Amino acid sequence: MNPGLTIATTGRALRQIRTDHRTIALIMGVPMVAIGLLAWIYNNTPVFDAIGPALLGIFPLVVMFVVTSVATLRERQSGTLERLLTTRMGKADFMLGYAGAFGALAIVQALLATSFAIWVCDLDVLGPLWMLVLVAVLVAILGSSLGLLASAFARTEFQAVQFMPAFIIPQFLLCGLLVDRDQLPAFLSVVSDVLPLSYAVDAMKEVTAHAEVTSAGAWSMVIVAGFIVLALALASLTLSRRTP
Amino acid sequence: MDWRTSRFGVMTQAQASPAVVVRDLTVVRGKRRVLPALSLEIPARQVIGLLGPSGSGKSTLMRAIVGVQVIESGTVTVLGHAAGSEALRDQVGYVAQSLSVYQDLTIRENVAYFGRAVGLTGRDLREAVAATLSEVDLEDHAGDLVRNLSGGQESRVSLACALVGRPSLLVLDEPTVGLDPILRRDLWDHFHDLVGRGRSLIVSSHVMDEATRCDRLVLLRDGRVLADLTPAELLERTGETDADAAFLTLVEASSDGEVNR
Repeated sequence: MNPGLTIATTGRALRQIRTDHRTIALIMGVPMVAIGLLAWIYNNTPVFDAIGPALLGIFPLVVMFVVTSVATLRERQSGTLERLLTTRMGKADFMLGYAGAFGALAIVQALLATSFAIWVCDLDVLGPLWMLVLVAVLVAILGSSLGLLASAFARTEFQAVQFMPAFIIPQFLLCGLLVDRDQLPAFLSVVSDVLPLSYAVDAMKEVTAHAEVTSAGAWSMVIVAGFIVLALALASLTLSRRTP
Repeated sequence: MDWRTSRFGVMTQAQASPAVVVRDLTVVRGKRRVLPALSLEIPARQVIGLLGPSGSGKSTLMRAIVGVQVIESGTVTVLGHAAGSEALRDQVGYVAQSLSVYQDLTIRENVAYFGRAVGLTGRDLREAVAATLSEVDLEDHAGDLVRNLSGGQESRVSLACALVGRPSLLVLDEPTVGLDPILRRDLWDHFHDLVGRGRSLIVSSHVMDEATRCDRLVLLRDGRVLADLTPAELLERTGETDADAAFLTLVEASSDGEVNR
């Protein structure tokens, strides 16, 4: 691993995104539109305060998953990845470079979505704001890592996009947003225990419900970080210098 | 091997140290043996033309030399090291047929990124990028996005990305496809210029008139070396006056041999 090459890759990925104004607008705008709609639908009810924070954790996952899996698939198909791997660039430089670039985008996205939810839509958050942003960024990096992994199993961009519902919807249903995780049928409750989004939503709930950082919240974040490491490790197995 | 192929057979000149030594290289892709036990020595400091019809194994051989091809058996030694090994990362420049550049970056950003990837930094990187852009005559467009370029310009960007690290060996898979005659001539002049500065080049092509511009030719067919000779020898041995006809003569000779065996 070479930090210089990791940073160069982060810079390169950000420069690529820079030329794509529409993608930037979608990444930044879609979460705000969805949160705004939700607040409006549940106007004068407690529902928005209950599910708003969890949604703040789900958007970064979805958006970063799609963006990263398509971007990485393009690298695999255009031959740029193969070319990079003939140079000093290591697999770790490549993956962490991507995680860095989309993590940076995620910080901006999380700041915008969180500010919009709190100051425009009056979302009640007891915990510190920086914790909310930190969780959102962690979730975004998780989305990037899972996207890197998923891109190895997609042969076309159509497939890569379809992987999003395949990866996300089961996690969305079981993450505790619709039904509390401890009230799920026993088997599904076990399944939800091994899905990363469950811990992201747990962490978001802790931050919004308590004024201080709780140990439950901290543990959930550690587990999300563990999933990131796991996804990156698995993704690195799918990157090889030599291909058939 | 039939009498004709042995007549034009593998000739290896006694060179001090060859750029590439391939021994019994076997590559299987899917169910097909693309390269069945191929052996070849490629001399250093020359432009070697790798010629043959499509599907003859040119690209696979180049990928094996660069070290991105999964191989079944055999060895490939490049500049004294095993192909694809750590020591070769800065010494071998590769341009695949798919041009492998970033469409949504500018020309300069592409060249700088690949320069960075082979270890150039700071002032060295800036100077190498500027020098390389002028070599491939793209200085005037350096700030343009690659997606807005013509095919010929794009292939020069890809070449620049391989040249920027000043590699000792350049492996170029069909670098002149889609280029007009003037650009092709300039590029070939440039290849010889690089050889003059001590580099080795392996250039594949299926355009036979480019054969005459190589120092030495390796003709491949069905993953076998049909001939390994100089352009003059090719014409002399086949009794033809142009490379196209000479190649056809060789191919037909080898097919006859297979039928008669």
